[in-house]
Amino acid sequence: MSDYVEKLDHVLNADDPTVGDTEIQNYTINFGPQHPAAHGVLRLVMELDGEIVERCDPHVGLLHRGTEKLIEYKTYLQALPYFDRLDYCSPLGMEHSYVLAIEKLLNLEVPLRAQYLRVFFAELTRICNHMLNLGSHVMDVGAMTPNLWLFEIREDCLNFFERASGARMHSAYFRPGGVHQDVPLKLLTDIGDWLDDRLPRLFEDAISLVADNRIFKQRNVDIAVVSKEDALKWGFSGPMIRGSGIPWDIRKSQPYDAYDRVEFDVPVGTQFDCYDRFMVRVEEVRQSARIMKQCLNDMPEGPIASFDRKVSPPKRGEMKQSMEALIHHFKLYTEGFHVPAGEVYVATESPKGEFGVYLVSDGSNKPYRCKIRPTAFSHLQAMDFMLKGHMLADTTAVLGAMDIVFGECDR
Amino acid sequence: MSSVHSAPRVQPIDGLADALRAALGAVVLDVVDEHFEVSLTVARDAVADTMIVLRDQFAYQQLMEIAGVDYPERAERFEVVYHLLSITKNHRLRVKVSTDENQPVPTVTHIWPVAGWLEREVFDMYGVLFSGNTDLRRILTDYGFKGHPQRKDFPLTGYVELRYSEDQKRVVYEPVKLAQDFRSFDFMSPWEGAEYILPGDEKAAAPTPPPAPPPATPKTTETKAVTGAGEPANTKAAETSAAKADDTPPAKPGESK
Repeated sequence: MSDYVEKLDHVLNADDPTVGDTEIQNYTINFGPQHPAAHGVLRLVMELDGEIVERCDPHVGLLHRGTEKLIEYKTYLQALPYFDRLDYCSPLGMEHSYVLAIEKLLNLEVPLRAQYLRVFFAELTRICNHMLNLGSHVMDVGAMTPNLWLFEIREDCLNFFERASGARMHSAYFRPGGVHQDVPLKLLTDIGDWLDDRLPRLFEDAISLVADNRIFKQRNVDIAVVSKEDALKWGFSGPMIRGSGIPWDIRKSQPYDAYDRVEFDVPVGTQFDCYDRFMVRVEEVRQSARIMKQCLNDMPEGPIASFDRKVSPPKRGEMKQSMEALIHHFKLYTEGFHVPAGEVYVATESPKGEFGVYLVSDGSNKPYRCKIRPTAFSHLQAMDFMLKGHMLADTTAVLGAMDIVFGECDR
Repeated sequence: MSSVHSAPRVQPIDGLADALRAALGAVVLDVVDEHFEVSLTVARDAVADTMIVLRDQFAYQQLMEIAGVDYPERAERFEVVYHLLSITKNHRLRVKVSTDENQPVPTVTHIWPVAGWLEREVFDMYGVLFSGNTDLRRILTDYGFKGHPQRKDFPLTGYVELRYSEDQKRVVYEPVKLAQDFRSFDFMSPWEGAEYILPGDEKAAAPTPPPAPPPATPKTTETKAVTGAGEPANTKAAETSAAKADDTPPAKPGESK
């Protein structure tokens, strides 16, 4: 400190004509790795000019668990639960891409009820995910109450997952060829009642607190504006690309499962800022509820998994009677099924954007290569360019509007 | 083969392969259309120019993913796989280049800035170099990590493990010690052509020895003196039989002694 004062003395010398020309250096701060607004373990090395962000270098990988390597050592079925643990806020969205990739390699037909069940629970996952994201986004910019209300809805969603699959978060419910188990009728009627009554009541209440709130708008409107061209260049997808005004939704343009049988609208942003991204997600929740209601109306009775005994296991009752069923069950859960050699890239519209699986099979019972395309990777990379020139306090708003979960980003 | 699966349905573009060949010329090494997904293999040095053509002429606006794949048995063991998406044509395209540990792949960061991290990841996981990428640091692995974990010859357990040392009050790195061997079961059915011998089947599976070659001159015993056991034995036998002939008459053939 003392030498700094000396230096200043020298500079402030009246004889010296360069008074006030002290070169102020930018300083660098570390945001994270443990920061409540970082949504996990994110380390941002930020270079600040006063309070203005000049440069931002995200360091990711602190949650890298080698999922892709592990999958190469597991059979196709054993690898499935790893997908729950990627984006642990929307587990079924991750499974969806993986099971569809396997089915594409096998060219396996999925019964209609299973397709509807998958769409139904994928949309419930979307609601569940958006509850976490909208709530934490709101909390990151300073409001407390909506988050508590939205977590109430999320808790309901998790209870529904538990009743369907037995697990609150890591469901492992989607399987190659269909879903694991059929759901009881009571669960469907309960979710139907919830969609009609409790969800809109709580959700619209919570959103009414923030959507027109002056402080919330001050923190989000015109923050991190991303043009259409930039959104394309930076590989945006999901609510991020729709927030930039591009009506792109894989559910709509490349429909999978029963998405071509349901009606829904794709919301897009008009100002391309954080507020738009927030509102796109808000509207997506309403559309998800609409899709789920259609699923409840249209879902036929019938089988919930493929009849191909080389892929989907036989029923318990059948195994007690039939030797072949027992053998199939044993072989399926030890050796697993063999997938014909080939490679596919299957991307679905996960709640956070395009979640892709590039699956290379060599004809054995284990994937030769399973590359996971996370949504967060491209969004987080754009952090530097989105944040440039903004205030330090805007970091949390930008991060919140990106919807990043590190389980998926780091894999 | 008609597709019955329910994966994302994309309308295939007729004649895309021919159009790609015509537009790109000799840099196209291969075009494969499988599962209604078009894979284009191009020469490594031409990848950046190819991408510009694909973006500007074929309207593949977005680069969604760069994946590395390791095929250790190939001469150029790594494959770098780019996944492009056209949101106007609603179509996906896969572009592949192959390389090895030393040959750099031209970067595409000037075409799509998103490629920066994607290339960093391929570099981190496989050690593939990208020429022109100004920020080719490791991205997912630990600070100071050695090796490229997605290579097929990198063990699943890695080489080092870390723990918090109470003595040194810091995290220490140590060579991996497994309390139990890594369990890798081989569930391949033996009747589907396993390439190893099942326990107990060693003899059955062992190759039968080739039959012994026939001797050059067959051994014969035409007289008593010729035993068929070689010259020294013959002389010896002739001596004994001569001595015996003096004493006793020869035994009749077939008579037991």
